[in-house]
Order: sequence, then structure tokens, then C-alpha cells
Amino acid sequence: MTAPILEIRNLHAGVDGHEILKGIDLTVRAGEVHSIMGPNGSGKSTLAQVLAGRETYQVTAGEVRYQGKDLLAMKPEERACEGVFLAFQYPVEIAGVRTSYFLKTALNAVRRYRGLEPLDAVEFLAKVKDRMKLVDMDERLLNRAVNEGFSGGEKKRNEILQMAVLEPKLAILDETDSGLDIDALRIVADGVNRMRGPDRAILVVTHYQRLLNYIVPDRVHVLVDGRIVRSGGKELARELEERGYAGVEGQPAGAPAVGV
Amino acid sequence: MTALATGTNEYLEDFARLERREGGNPAWLAPTRKAAISRFAEMGFPTMRDEDWRFTNVAPIAGAVFRRAEPAAPGLEDIRPFLLGATARNRIVFVNGHFAPALSLAARGPDGIGLMSLRRLLGEAPDALAAHLTRYADYRRHAFTALNTAFFEDGAFVRIPAGQVVEGPIHLLFFSVPGAEPTVSHPRVLIVAEPGSRATFVETYAGLGDGVYFTNAVTELVAGEGSVVDHYRVQQESEQAFHIGMTRLHQHRSSNLASHALNLGGGLVRSEVHAVLDGEGCDCLLNGLFVLRGDQHTDNHLRVEHARPHGNSREAYRGILDGRSRGVFTGRIVVHKGAQKTDAKQTNMNLLLSDAAQIDSRPQLEIFADDVKCTHGATVGQVDEDAIFYLRSRGIGVEAARSLLVYAFAAEAIRHVKIAALRERLRALLLARLPYGHLLEELA
Repeated sequence: MTAPILEIRNLHAGVDGHEILKGIDLTVRAGEVHSIMGPNGSGKSTLAQVLAGRETYQVTAGEVRYQGKDLLAMKPEERACEGVFLAFQYPVEIAGVRTSYFLKTALNAVRRYRGLEPLDAVEFLAKVKDRMKLVDMDERLLNRAVNEGFSGGEKKRNEILQMAVLEPKLAILDETDSGLDIDALRIVADGVNRMRGPDRAILVVTHYQRLLNYIVPDRVHVLVDGRIVRSGGKELARELEERGYAGVEGQPAGAPAVGV
Repeated sequence: MTALATGTNEYLEDFARLERREGGNPAWLAPTRKAAISRFAEMGFPTMRDEDWRFTNVAPIAGAVFRRAEPAAPGLEDIRPFLLGATARNRIVFVNGHFAPALSLAARGPDGIGLMSLRRLLGEAPDALAAHLTRYADYRRHAFTALNTAFFEDGAFVRIPAGQVVEGPIHLLFFSVPGAEPTVSHPRVLIVAEPGSRATFVETYAGLGDGVYFTNAVTELVAGEGSVVDHYRVQQESEQAFHIGMTRLHQHRSSNLASHALNLGGGLVRSEVHAVLDGEGCDCLLNGLFVLRGDQHTDNHLRVEHARPHGNSREAYRGILDGRSRGVFTGRIVVHKGAQKTDAKQTNMNLLLSDAAQIDSRPQLEIFADDVKCTHGATVGQVDEDAIFYLRSRGIGVEAARSLLVYAFAAEAIRHVKIAALRERLRALLLARLPYGHLLEELA
């Protein structure tokens, strides 16, 4: 068994005293792809945001270890530099900041943190153009303001591009399939699949099973009302698609895994 | 005349002394100067009871005694940081209100234009100025314009002959070298772009060293029929300085004028732009950026008058306020009777970086025509926290993220600057003024 990248134990979190995550336990190891599925309002996005360090949410109990370190003690930018990446469900538009500048600033911040020399303009451009091929992205988008005027599909591709440029150890994809047509979905999924590797863990947060036809997970976890109520292999996703979430609700956490 | 308004005595005595001198006061100008000083005596300095000055207290100017500034002699190295590089082949420099020929530069050959000191021209060929000088900026309604009109001794005159296209910016620089005692200068600029000409003008107002002084500047710019004029006014006075600037723009038929006001310096600043679209089919863009910190106060006062039909005006001002600074934006659009098919749009967006900073923004529309389109909008906000989190989640530190977003907000105004050297210079100035701006080194 490979080393755990992410270990979540009894995580409780919420907003202004309203508890959303009610005791999450989850271990993701290097090389694995896990999926968190669940109905709307189950806490999927909250989990993704808490892992990325969003200060809107308060952690009230539990711990999260990332490569053995206390993740919750780190600022969002430290987490990113340590190799945690969140692909946003709603990527933010930033007027006046060119995509190329944004990517270069981010990459060089991460490189400096990791003790690497910052890339100069030529090296950076070579790298980013190479990674753009991964998600079939138009190079002209580099000269546009970050996400401004991007279509839904372009925004999601831009998220995967950032992931490919920053090369995280743990990538969390939050509803990456939402708002994508089938062609765009395939492109984005291909991009993610090419990022799969023995040193990297990927957590796919999604409402629908559709994305998991393309990004086939090693493990599937069902999140209902802030708790993981069931875990299993990739078959679990299909079962959920057929029977809906109603079938799994109310089952105790830690129910026996299906398959694998 | 009844009792004099407070704070005006010094000026009236000074004017009496000035009048006894010979030169710089041709027959057609003398009565105007006299009318201006008596109008000033009647009005006195504005107070906060005046609607147009509601948010700006000029008592520190009214109550102070300023001596007329003496000539000073900075070297080329002192002013080099303010210059625009090799493309600016025409440059006229004034120090403490006095022409500095050694620092000035006039292109020869095809770029040759009429660029000279007003004082020299008033002495040698004053009639060349009679048609325009003091004919636009209204001293009857504005105490500071009245003072400038009464007192100006020197300044720049630029004439672009009809049909001429001037490559490269024409740079007018006004430096103040603060002395031991507070000083005042009244720089005056007259720009005449004759019909069909094209040119770019940059006015720079800057302090060389810290100290208290008062710059009371008036610019009159005439855009002739079909001319295309780009005008920039960069204000970088000392943060203890008082700066009152009146820019009076007068547009003739089918002229296209863009005027950019970039206010970065000064302690107490009034930046006034009064544009009159006095011909059919004029295009007018007023773009502004003010970046304030500490105790700086900047009052942007705009008046756009659509006097003829089919005029198009755009006002876009952006403010960034930190510390205990105070900003004011007043944008008045006046559409005269008969100025049909006017299309006027005004926006003012402000970013507050501290709880103590304050902005008052007010649009004022006076419309006397019935087939017009006038819109206005103002926003006041803080830096977007969602955007900060997005940047942080990509490894960019919180200070750099905040700074980047503030920079990006200002960059939207700088984007419109067409002179590459000026744009780069403004970017560098901005980064130097922003908290944690040095963290944005990737911008270089």
C-alpha cells in the first residue's frame, strides 16, 4: 500500500454555528482517485473548500493530515505551495489580470516555495503552451483577463490547465462536470486522466455519475448530510445512478464496501 | 465694493504691485486681468457652503500666506524621472512657474510646431494669443481661475497648425521646488489644435522635494474642427502641496478629444475638467484615476456641456483610497436645449482599502433636450474576497493577492493610456504606491 496523501479524521465544520460536515473520515493514498458523491446540500463543496482553506468555514472538531502535516494549520497559499489544488466549481473572474500573468505568478510562487528557480518568460510560455494542449485550450485565452468572458467550458478547462501547470500532489475537483457539454466533458476528463500518476491523489467531487464514466475512480464515497454513509468501488457510482441517493440514505457510515 | 472676503487681501495688494510693472500685459489682456481680480475680490475663496465645494475645504489655502515662487535651477538629472524618453521630441519645462529653456527641447523639421513660453510671446507677439487666451476658462464663476487669470506670468503655448499630424507626445512640465516659506505659482497653458490636426499632449505637475507650496494651474485646450487630440494630465505634487487644476476643453465640430487626469500626489487637490462640445458630432472621453493614501484629499470635479447635437461623451473615473484619505467625484452633464442625439455616459468606480478612507460620489444631470441618452453609475467597494481566495488557492500570498487586485483595478484606467512610456511609468508609480506592490515583480 502506498503512503497516505490525505487523512481526514472526524472532521466537523460549518458556517456561523451551523454544522455542515458532521464527522468525515477519509483516507486517500498516492496514486488513487477517489470520488465523493452526494445529493445537493450534503456538504460536498464545503469539504472541498475546507480542504483548500476557505476561511468562511470554521472547523470545530477533527483533524486533516496532508502528507503527514497538519493541513488545517496552513494558510490557503501554503496549502497550494505544498501541493494541494482545488479546481473551483465556480471559477472567479478577475478583471484586469491577464491569464498568462496569473499563471506565471502562481507557478513561480509555488516554485519558490519548493526551492526551485522561478521560470523566466520563455521557459514559462513553453511550459504553459505544452499544458494547454492537454485540455485543447486556445492560446489566445492567455492574453485575456482571468476567466473574464470565458464560456463555462473554457473556465473549467482553465481550472484543469492550472492544475497541469502547478502539478499538485492532491487535486480536488469540485463539480468539474457542471455546465459542460459532452465534448467538453471528454476533453476535461482526458486532461485529468493524463494527470493521474503514482505520486498524485485526486478527489473528484460530483453530484452525477456521468463524469465517472470518463474519470474512473478507485473508490467512491457517498456523502449525505455531512457524513460518509457508504464507500465502495467504482460500481457504487453506477448503483447510485440507477437507484438514486434515496437508496443509501440512512445507512450507517462504514457500511461494507461494495466490490474491490 | 463692500468689505473684502477673508483671505483675499494679500492677493489684491500683490496684484496692485504687479500692475505697475511693464510687460506681459498687452492692451487686450490688461482689462481681463483687472476684471478677474475684482471678480475674485467679490467672490473670495469658496467655502463648504458653496454647492460646488461642499466636500472640499480650501481654508488652508485661503488662510495661508504664499510668496510668489522665485526661479530655481534644477538640472536635467533631477527631472529625468519625469520625462517620457526619446519619443517626446517636444518638451517645455517650467520651474516654480518660470520658463526653463535649458531643460526644454524643441523638435526641428517636420515635427516643428509652435511651442513656446507664454511670457515670451506676450512680450514679442501678444496678438497671436488674443483670440484664445483667457477666452474659455471662466474667471467669473471660479475664484481660483480668477486668481490665475490675474496673476499668471508664464506658461506654455502650443499651436498645432491645421492638418498637421505630430508624432510623439508634446510634453509640458511644471516643477515646484519648495523653499523655506510657502510659495505659489499660477501656471497657464494654452493649447490650440487647429482644424484637422492630430497631436498628443502630456502635462506633468510635480514637486522636486518635500514642502508646502501651492500650484494654481489653468489649462485651455481648443480642439479645432475634425482634430484628434489626446491629452494627459499627470499630477505628482508633494504630499504637503496644494494643487488646484482647471482644465477647460473646448471642442469644435467633429473633433475627437480624450483627456486623462491622473492624480497621484498632492495633499489637498482639486482636479477640475470642464469640457464644452461646441460643434456637432464631437467625441469626448474623460478618463481619470486617483490613488490616495495617508491624509490626501482629492476632489475630482467634472462638467461636460453638450452644446450641439450628436455629441458623444464618456467619463470613466476610478479611485483607490487608503489610510484616512478622502476622495470626491462630482460629474455634471449639461445637455443644452437643441443638443439632440446626445449620448453621454458617466461611471465612477471606487475601491476603499481602509475603514477610515472616504469617498463622496455624485452625478448631476441637467438636461434641456428631449432626444438624448444619458447614463451614470457609481460604485464603492472593497477588494473582492472571492477573488483573493482564488489567488491564494493558487499559491499567491495574501498580501500579493490583495495588491494584485488593487493594481488590476487601476490598470483598467491605465490601459487607455496610448503612450507606452507613460503607461509603463504609471504602472511603476502605481506599484511603488500600493501596499506590497513590490510583491508583484512578475509584472515587469
